[in-house]
Amino acid sequence: MHQFLFLLFGAFCVGGAINLLVQKKTINSALSLIVVMGSLALIYLLLGAEFVAVVQVIIYAGAIMVLYVFVIMLLNAGKEEEVQGSHVAKIFGIPGLFSGGIIGIWVLLQHRPDDKLLPIGAMYGPADKVGELLFTKYLLAFEVTSILVLIAIMGAVVLTRRSRS
Amino acid sequence: MIPISWYLLLSAFLFACGVTGFLTKRNIITLFMSIELMLNGVNLSFIAFATRLQTLDGHIFVFFVMVVAAAEAAVGLAIIISVYRTRETLNVDRVNLLKL
Repeated sequence: MHQFLFLLFGAFCVGGAINLLVQKKTINSALSLIVVMGSLALIYLLLGAEFVAVVQVIIYAGAIMVLYVFVIMLLNAGKEEEVQGSHVAKIFGIPGLFSGGIIGIWVLLQHRPDDKLLPIGAMYGPADKVGELLFTKYLLAFEVTSILVLIAIMGAVVLTRRSRS
Repeated sequence: MIPISWYLLLSAFLFACGVTGFLTKRNIITLFMSIELMLNGVNLSFIAFATRLQTLDGHIFVFFVMVVAAAEAAVGLAIIISVYRTRETLNVDRVNLLKL
């Protein structure tokens, strides 16, 4: 059952990622990225990471992608302009990519470590444990993060403001 | 029972798709979405290894990655808007001067 769920959502991830590359319109790429993020959240749930799954849906698939779609509609971004890639890249790039990938996979298979099976629910990552760790061991990093977000907010406001002149 | 290598393969595939999109696409918004795809692939590796090593630190790291991605998206999209205001284009090949 768990394997079936993993394969199903993994297939959604792979399909969404490929669709992002293939689509010409920006809005279609954004929508397929939402599919990737939603199915990744379910894979996190399979791994027992409840907190991360919820945050993934709320922040990534919610806030960030809404921001992207908003900007795409604001700027009226339609079809991507066709560009002529260099011929050298077309002739050598694709065979080079395949041969490099095959060599990489072969090398990795030579040195394959013990592939311990990962039982589902092997770890239960409840939100309260994550919060406890966040406010004890990683407290300094958490506070610095808040400053980073504050700077990002101010930066976004300053960058989008029209100049008075 | 799912081997950890399946998760890592999926993670590597997402990262590779992000790199490919970043190198081949010409729309600046699509480039940003490719970066988000790469970050998502890395997050999956973090969670898979956190489960394998039975520790929660990976979850915290994923949280920080998400915060940085949100900040990057906010600032990056603001930059895209101001670039579009001055150049009237989203094609990165046409944005090749720092100064107008």
